[in-house]
Amino acid sequence: MSLTDRDKATVRSFWAKVAGNTEAVGTNALSRMLTVYPQTKTYFAHWKDLGPKSVNVRKHGKTVVDGIGEAVMKIDDLQKGLLTLSELHAFKLRVDPTNFKILNHCILVVLAITFPAEFTPEAHVAVDKFLAALALALSDKYR
Amino acid sequence: MVEWTDFERQTIADIFGKIDYETVGAAALSRCLIVYPWTQRYFGNFGNLYNASAIKINPMIAKHGTTIVHGLDRAWKNLDNIKDAYTELSILHSETIHVDPDNFRLFSDCLTITLAAQMGAEFNADVQAVVQKFLTVVVNALGKQYH
Repeated sequence: MSLTDRDKATVRSFWAKVAGNTEAVGTNALSRMLTVYPQTKTYFAHWKDLGPKSVNVRKHGKTVVDGIGEAVMKIDDLQKGLLTLSELHAFKLRVDPTNFKILNHCILVVLAITFPAEFTPEAHVAVDKFLAALALALSDKYR
Repeated sequence: MVEWTDFERQTIADIFGKIDYETVGAAALSRCLIVYPWTQRYFGNFGNLYNASAIKINPMIAKHGTTIVHGLDRAWKNLDNIKDAYTELSILHSETIHVDPDNFRLFSDCLTITLAAQMGAEFNADVQAVVQKFLTVVVNALGKQYH
């Protein structure tokens, strides 16, 4: 399900709204994921506090959403653009790729809450396709 | 049997007590048909589904969305026996309508996002967890009679 030019334009313009808000969106999505899908906590056993006010959650939420912003800029070649991040996830972090889908879903929920009018079904499908392509690129080096 | 805490029972009752079935149903189903266009395969007789704009104003889709969300009534009204409550609907979806059960999950995700947009900040992580659990149980029950 490859990204059309229209998808890319939709993603770029929608993500511009997220740009100023990356810590809030990231913290919300990450802490939500840890609550709704408790199996994801297994990757964060080294953090004492996994609540939405946790310094670790806020910092990491921002890191992840900033990373997505970078991917938006490399939307024309995600595999090449995310090579280093893919190697990180494949060889060091070894996050099971199923979790990318889980976090993606939580991100979509946060976007719906934060931008109820702008997150139309048309924006939703473009962003969903993009996040799926991003997950694929991120798992590229896994095997 | 699924165990439900008081918080979960209350949250579910609150949500279904206050949503507008027509608005939520229409929004969730049209979103599903737009975001996952292959789901349109089950709606061949539903008129114009040519593009997102057509889907969003299609009255047959809106009506059917309402029907689907009302289909959840037998779950929240029978939390302690959802499996049996859905036997009839499961057989219907399997043997009459021939719906791939993965579609139940796709619709659930769209319904979750629709509820999130409606409820805003009130749709916090704990509420989302309850909705996720509830819809997962229903989806499971709907798939039980497939063989």
